[in-house]
Amino acid sequence: MLTSLLAISLGAILTNNFIFSQFLGCCPFLGCSNKVDTATGMGIAVVFVMGLASAICWVIYTYILVPLGLGFLNTLAFILVIAALVQFVEMFLKKSVPSLYSALGIYLPLITTNCAVLGVVLLNVQNNYNFIESVVYGITGGLGFMLAIVLFASVRERIAFSDYPECFEGFPICLVSAGLVALAFMGFSGMKIF
Amino acid sequence: MKTILLSIAVLGVLGAIFGALLAVAAKIFHVEVDPRQAAVREALAGANCGGCGFPGCDGYAAAVARGEAPCNKCVAGGEATAAKVAEIMGVTADAAEKMVAFVPCSGTTEAAEARFNYTGPQDCRAAMLFGGKSSKLCTFACIGLGNCERACQFDAMHVVDGVAKVDRLNCVGCGACVDACPKSIVKLIPEKQKIMPACRNEDKGAAVMKMCKVGCIGCMKCQRECPADAIHVVNNLAQVDTSKCVQCGHCADICPRHIINYFGKSYFVVPPKEEAAQ
Repeated sequence: MLTSLLAISLGAILTNNFIFSQFLGCCPFLGCSNKVDTATGMGIAVVFVMGLASAICWVIYTYILVPLGLGFLNTLAFILVIAALVQFVEMFLKKSVPSLYSALGIYLPLITTNCAVLGVVLLNVQNNYNFIESVVYGITGGLGFMLAIVLFASVRERIAFSDYPECFEGFPICLVSAGLVALAFMGFSGMKIF
Repeated sequence: MKTILLSIAVLGVLGAIFGALLAVAAKIFHVEVDPRQAAVREALAGANCGGCGFPGCDGYAAAVARGEAPCNKCVAGGEATAAKVAEIMGVTADAAEKMVAFVPCSGTTEAAEARFNYTGPQDCRAAMLFGGKSSKLCTFACIGLGNCERACQFDAMHVVDGVAKVDRLNCVGCGACVDACPKSIVKLIPEKQKIMPACRNEDKGAAVMKMCKVGCIGCMKCQRECPADAIHVVNNLAQVDTSKCVQCGHCADICPRHIINYFGKSYFVVPPKEEAAQ
């Protein structure tokens, strides 16, 4: 049990990183990686929402959709759950933990449309994970996202001071370096865990 | 059939439950916001033009309610809005000086010589990619493909005869056209400033003569005859010092090229031929 959880975690963080090897959640990855601070904020918010969404979607899928033979509705139902969940979490945090709310700020609502969140809950179904595995996969998937976005933000902060051809100004150089960081992460692929 | 009905029922019920939960949560987790914020938001022009420098009217209203922004930043609403906002916030407003957009170019397709016949995408930025940064011989000239017209939310900017013209009645001075102009031709001037030379060519007079029938040739007539010493030829181009100008309109009358706009008198630049002859 513990080894399988460890395998799931390492897979989600390193070998099957959501951004670098599954290419999910590229939009916030490029949009929120200007500064390490904002990248960390986005990363924490994603960890939070992915973990919660995995738990709730697993319950809904296993106890509502599967018994009724409506497994094919999972994408629709999950989108509904994620949207409602993000809204609810935002309201809850605004009232109860204003400091966290202002720290996450605009990133919370942005996550509603983050495909990595939908991806993680759909992969949970695909991989037949049980409840604990789902939650662990969600949280570690979020951590992998956070690792990727924070690493990339620090790369971008350095790019700002480096000397590159003028025609690469802005997004081109950013995409080139994103490709290089992804290439570095390819080093983890093929690694056999247990 | 059963599957379809069941699908609709399940998703409908799920949606209804989430909706109800969110509605309840909205009540439970309701956070009081400054009521002045809503009141200020109500008083603003609501065009979300960004002229205040804040992200939309909501952002500006929040900043005003927090006391971090002055009351007179809403350019679209002008003085009336500033007064209303100030009343809500309980302070006196220094009215924002109303600005309007101005296009300092008179080079209509008839007046300005064409460099080439441009038939590409109807976009100023695209036209600039060809040689000379303009389809007109004058490199300073308005290209007249209407990027500003498309940026304007207030129907105040129109391209007429190949030059953008500002409708000063509709213009609120939000500056969207200033940002949209790839040649940075459009500028904001105080509305009370009635005199403006409508040319920005800094070439020498003889060169201007060749490329434009109405360009400023830097003849200095306006500078010599101005009673208030408010108009000067700098870099071969007549420029008005708005702090000194007394709005008499004399320069507009005597300009041999008829490019000094006098908004009190006529809407646009070139006076009719018979009037010019007199």
